[in-house]
Amino acid sequence: MSRSTPNILDRPLGGRGARSEGSVSTSAFAYLYSELVQYHQSRVASISELERRLESSGYGVGLKVLELLAYRAREYKRETRLMNILQFVSSAVWKSLFGKAADSLERSIDHADEFMIVDYEPITSMYVSVPSDLGQLSVDAYLSGIIAGVLDGAGFTARVTAHSVTLEEHEVSANNAPNANSSGSGSVNNNLPPRKDKAVFLVKFAPEILERDATLDR
Amino acid sequence: KTFFIPLFTMASSQLLLFVIVGKNEPLYEAEFHKLGGTSSGTSDSVTRQNYFVLHSALDLVDKASWTTNNMYLRVVDKINHQQVSTFLTAGNIKFMLLHGGKNEDSIKNFFNEVYELYVKLSMNPFYKYDTPITSKFFDTRVRAVARRYLS
Repeated sequence: MSRSTPNILDRPLGGRGARSEGSVSTSAFAYLYSELVQYHQSRVASISELERRLESSGYGVGLKVLELLAYRAREYKRETRLMNILQFVSSAVWKSLFGKAADSLERSIDHADEFMIVDYEPITSMYVSVPSDLGQLSVDAYLSGIIAGVLDGAGFTARVTAHSVTLEEHEVSANNAPNANSSGSGSVNNNLPPRKDKAVFLVKFAPEILERDATLDR
Repeated sequence: KTFFIPLFTMASSQLLLFVIVGKNEPLYEAEFHKLGGTSSGTSDSVTRQNYFVLHSALDLVDKASWTTNNMYLRVVDKINHQQVSTFLTAGNIKFMLLHGGKNEDSIKNFFNEVYELYVKLSMNPFYKYDTPITSKFFDTRVRAVARRYLS
């Protein structure tokens, strides 16, 4: 009789003092993700439908990541303010999922309810090339689903969309310079041509969320 | 939405009612009886009254949830001899306990342990957030935690 796997309620969750919290190789993720994209691609009729499916795939991940990271922090605290939850997403969530914080968190000047999270090298599109007939498709929709899941779970309903924005001159050189640093632990994109675009996740909050946050300022 | 209007019988302080409430509906319910109390003694009207009291405290929980970023919200409502204590997870799932005025520390510990069980349960890729919890294991573990901290 084989050893039965322990019930999920008996397995450790990690947190302070835990040993390595487990990581997966980029290539394994890229392979699995490409299969996910292909699976959905063969079942949809339009780009926006594909993006929607990728978003809903990521949504569940976001909800779980929110609960897990809050638990692991061991502080028994939740986020109630808009800026704090955005910072939680761009630093804690990103660090836990991708090993580093998001490259920037910005607020839109024209619209008070829009924010942008920028990542120069999202893993979902690292090994994906989009053919020209699929024009505006961003496979990073999976990540915008994750962000939306975290925000929705915490009570900040938002519409999150992923956009590929061409890098400007100064950004291109800044991001492609540090390739020479790697010694034994090779940097991941050694054999890939340098990226020409960054991923921008546009977060648009529902108006009642902003109102609520404004009343909490008092 | 219809509510039963309960007959106001003497609320039993032997009975503890624990409910996990999601965004729209209860996800889990359990009644705990103190050691020595009879489990068959609760009449229908008392049970309904307990659920009514607990669910009517939800508005107060909502109000309180934005005033603090603690997960443990302590006592949010007092009715007759009963109190409703609440714990809110990061995903705004509400753990609510109807009790007869217990030691805050033991309630806090109870909530913390159930919170750990809840987070583990939500790591199951087949458990969808904000849906009723049907796992028998979860039920057994929650009751064991209740026995440890609340009797």
